[in-house]
Amino acid sequence: MGMTITEKILAAHAGREKVEPGELVNVRVDLALGNDITAPVAIREFERIGVDRVFDRDRVVLVPDHFVPNKDIKSAEQAKIMREFARKYEITYYFEVGRMGIEHCLLPEQGLVGPGDLVIGADSHTCTYGGLGAFSTGVGSTDLAAAMALGETWLKVPESLKFVYHGEMPEWVTGKDLILYTIGKIGVDGALYMAMEFTGPAVEKMSVDGRLTMANMAVEAGAKNGIVPPDEVTRRYVEGRAKRPFTFYASDPDARYAREYEFDVSKMEPAVALPHLPENVKPVSEAAGVGIDQAVIGSCTNGRMDDLREAARVLKGRRVNGSVRLIIIPGTQEIYRQAMREGLFEIFLEAGAAISTPTCGPCLGGYMGILAEGERAIATTNRNFVGRMGHPGSEVYLSNPAVAAASAVLGRIAAPWEVI
Amino acid sequence: MNLRGRVWKFGNDVDTDVIIPARYLNTSDPKELAAHLMEDADPRFPSKVRPGDIIAAGKNFGCGSSREHAPIAIKGAGVSCVIAKSFARIFYRNAFNIGLPIFESPEAAGRIEEGDEVSVDVEAGVITNITKGEAYRATQVPPFMQQIISAGGLINYVAERVKKDGNL
Repeated sequence: MGMTITEKILAAHAGREKVEPGELVNVRVDLALGNDITAPVAIREFERIGVDRVFDRDRVVLVPDHFVPNKDIKSAEQAKIMREFARKYEITYYFEVGRMGIEHCLLPEQGLVGPGDLVIGADSHTCTYGGLGAFSTGVGSTDLAAAMALGETWLKVPESLKFVYHGEMPEWVTGKDLILYTIGKIGVDGALYMAMEFTGPAVEKMSVDGRLTMANMAVEAGAKNGIVPPDEVTRRYVEGRAKRPFTFYASDPDARYAREYEFDVSKMEPAVALPHLPENVKPVSEAAGVGIDQAVIGSCTNGRMDDLREAARVLKGRRVNGSVRLIIIPGTQEIYRQAMREGLFEIFLEAGAAISTPTCGPCLGGYMGILAEGERAIATTNRNFVGRMGHPGSEVYLSNPAVAAASAVLGRIAAPWEVI
Repeated sequence: MNLRGRVWKFGNDVDTDVIIPARYLNTSDPKELAAHLMEDADPRFPSKVRPGDIIAAGKNFGCGSSREHAPIAIKGAGVSCVIAKSFARIFYRNAFNIGLPIFESPEAAGRIEEGDEVSVDVEAGVITNITKGEAYRATQVPPFMQQIISAGGLINYVAERVKKDGNL
């Protein structure tokens, strides 16, 4: 019996020929990641272990991105704990404000993660790097602390679900829409403890940005990881960028899957997830018309160049509706600069949008766009739970960047073709 | 070890934003976090919950973010354990790692109602509903995870290993 790509990466990092779903394995970690929310707790636990160094100062990555630039005094204290730890243990990859980015936009861009890697991060969206053909998964702070000390962690080998996306992607349909439909189909625990493997012609033609978006939201179906088999598209992205050697793994033809799903993307419309779960998915034409107060374009899900270009295509020569605040957050400093070079900022500013420095900010109701009671937002983020973006009496609708931009222009949830 | 307490019942897919909203994540102090436990589901919950109380819920408890602040807040409020039909995977790991007892039991999660008096035999994995006079079985925990529990959490387990092997 063959192995899936997920099983192969786990086996390689466990020093084993073969692993089986359900087995508990001890694996070597290529990279361990923390942010300003989770790292302070991890650091407190790390100090209790009784080691005087991290396992490898080039393989612990610390990114202040959630509540920085510091939103208040308590957040400033948290960020300071992480900064001082990075200095004390001479962490190579600590990214300060002005040189940082939203962690899951930043690490692929900086070549810190690559195909075949095994990455754990104290952030649930660490599963993003599966878009490059890595095994990556979110853990809590204590798991991060142990991995920072030992350079290894324990994992249960997950069963795999295979998703095959057939057909040509219609205009305005993106990786975000494919993953939203998939979550809508299987539910927020439809892949609980499992690996989601994304394959098929539509994925093969998708850019790395789109693939990262798909893998990013695997956790929204309860998955342990999402993964796209690496190919030439991946190779073009990682070559000249990767800071470590990488390995391409592929699932065997006789690999075992718990279930297989086939989708025809050619008739799909952009998707919208209604409050208060990411599984409440409808085609945009069925969600259209709902009035909005705010639109947010950014986050670890949709804060990359492809996303900003899609938004700019809709916003060019148009104005944000008088009753809407449009907040655009490029995912990293590099994306920020590139968007500026391409003239996207001119389009956004002409439209009446606010452009923010990279931060997770509003996605998790931190700052930079909190909702008041009764307010409604459309966002390119990943969760629409009760109170996610502010007051428990507010609402979040999830969509792709073009839909969020079109909605900002019309002041209500709208399809891009209503604007262009 | 036996745990015993009065039950607070919640539904399916209780997410970590409901357990502890992100606006309070600028601290990791258990008492401060406990003061806001579940407040977006029930603003009065932090003042109603008593040490020893038990939380019971449906499927996918703790879905969403990786924030360890969620089990820390539950433990900080003195809740003795969580019983659910199923748990989201990061929450599941986090609870074991910090020493918050959790029990997966579809049967118990289905039968237990708010206000029931429940006791749990941790070693045997048996949940007894004293109010209803019923008993339910919890899903077996892998031996490795039992070692983490016996050590008093992951960090103690790792620290013991480091002490034995020297500074790795």
